Amino acid sequence: MLDASSDNCLPPLAGVGYKPQHYMDIIQGSGPLGWLEVHAENYMGNGGRPIAQLRQLSEKYPISVHGVGLSIGAEGDLDTAHLARLKHLCDWLNPASFSEHLAWSTHDSHFLNDLLPLPYTAQTLTRVADHIDQVQEVVGRQMLLENPSSYLAFVESEKDETAFLAEIVKRTGCGLLLDVNNVFVSATNLKTSPQVYIDSFPLHAVGEIHLGGHDEDADETGAPLLIDSHGKAVVDPVWALLDYTLARSGPKPLLIEWDNDVPEWAVLAAEIARADGALALA
Amino acid sequence: MKVTQSQFRAGLLDPSLPAPKGLANPDGAQASKRFDVYRNNVAVSLTEALIAAFPVIYKLVGDKFFRAMSGVYLRKHPPSSPLMMYYGDKMPQFLRRFDPAKSLPYLSDMARVELAMRHSYHAADATPIDAQALASLAPEKLMGTKFTFAPATHVLPSEFPTYSIYRANTVADAPKAVMRPEAMLVTRPQFDPKQTLISAASATCIASLMEGNALGVAMTAAGNELDLGATLGLLLGLNCITALT
Repeated sequence: MLDASSDNCLPPLAGVGYKPQHYMDIIQGSGPLGWLEVHAENYMGNGGRPIAQLRQLSEKYPISVHGVGLSIGAEGDLDTAHLARLKHLCDWLNPASFSEHLAWSTHDSHFLNDLLPLPYTAQTLTRVADHIDQVQEVVGRQMLLENPSSYLAFVESEKDETAFLAEIVKRTGCGLLLDVNNVFVSATNLKTSPQVYIDSFPLHAVGEIHLGGHDEDADETGAPLLIDSHGKAVVDPVWALLDYTLARSGPKPLLIEWDNDVPEWAVLAAEIARADGALALA
Repeated sequence: MKVTQSQFRAGLLDPSLPAPKGLANPDGAQASKRFDVYRNNVAVSLTEALIAAFPVIYKLVGDKFFRAMSGVYLRKHPPSSPLMMYYGDKMPQFLRRFDPAKSLPYLSDMARVELAMRHSYHAADATPIDAQALASLAPEKLMGTKFTFAPATHVLPSEFPTYSIYRANTVADAPKAVMRPEAMLVTRPQFDPKQTLISAASATCIASLMEGNALGVAMTAAGNELDLGATLGLLLGLNCITALT
């Protein structure tokens, strides 16, 4: 277990997921922006423009490194080459935060490029905790673990997701990244209450909150099926769930995630302003 | 009812399989369409990654063909690493044997070009030598000199007009390609990979130098057609020589 006098020092302000098409808007400082988040894997090349831009941005803004490919929930061992790349990135960049997902994406050395779900059992708890111990030891800093979007349930699951995450925090000393859109998506899909989820979530461990857009579909029975697409504005019920969360947690660093059909900067700036508004009331 | 990740993955990549047993809708019934969300995420995200990697091939074959081809590729060659910026490394070999693309025999070489552009973009930064360092070498030493290249450098000979086809699909008003062999040098003077049309002899010379041969050996390999001054001038002007030994 990591001795986690928290390494995570993002400011309790609104930030945005960085997209290279917004480089000029951001570097010229068009509007308030507390910090930036980057996907770790996009900065694992050997050099060139991506790394040069990230270096420049890091001189101006706190940076959160958000991994999407470590496969912490995998049945197999972690990819030590990938872990070494994460360590290298965190070493030179010295980010204000480092986070990954409660999910798996690699099996038998095939990477599937999606955040795949796992059942919540005693066995998976031990496996995830062991993997997080390994990550924190190699990278040498505390990590935040993000709650997933769920589309289905595992019959074999024994624990609620919030109890599972609370136990992981206790065993490993990691922090949590609370994605309120994922909470809303999962609760709708699994017919549970998002407020009950927030009430039972270990909010003391939250180092960052994510907000994003989702798509609406239905399953074969006509039941609503929300899909975490990160390709739209945050919807009103998710903003309301954010208010509900902040009223209990106090101000936290908030991130607007918009990864697909990325809009012009002004649209993101409006989302950032709305997130700052929510923080002002917290 | 335990679902292993092997079972989960098999179902993701093979749409003819039912969703694994042990995955449920909220009412407890066996999940089907909900599993398709993951299936779709995997196929679409990998297809989008291939479109981003091969924009010229995408343009050449069109959206429908490219997506269908990607569906075959991603099942045959799922990524072996989370670095999606390098996904598609087996595309040249794949396209050589992909029957529906037989009528476009240059696609495989175009895939090599597009991979080279990507690798060049992400290659390590390197400091070029001063042009004077080469000019000041004594002539008797020159033939035994070996060159170190910036990691962003690639030389790509082809029996097809890959340079002209690439330009015709990326540069407004570029002339239509004429069927002929072409060779191309990909370099990265600063941040943007740059393509230069070079002669076959230049390509042979540069490829030999990149393999670690001394200039004399590379010149012999390239033969009489080689314009040495122009070739060296190009390499220096494009910042791709980083050391002489």
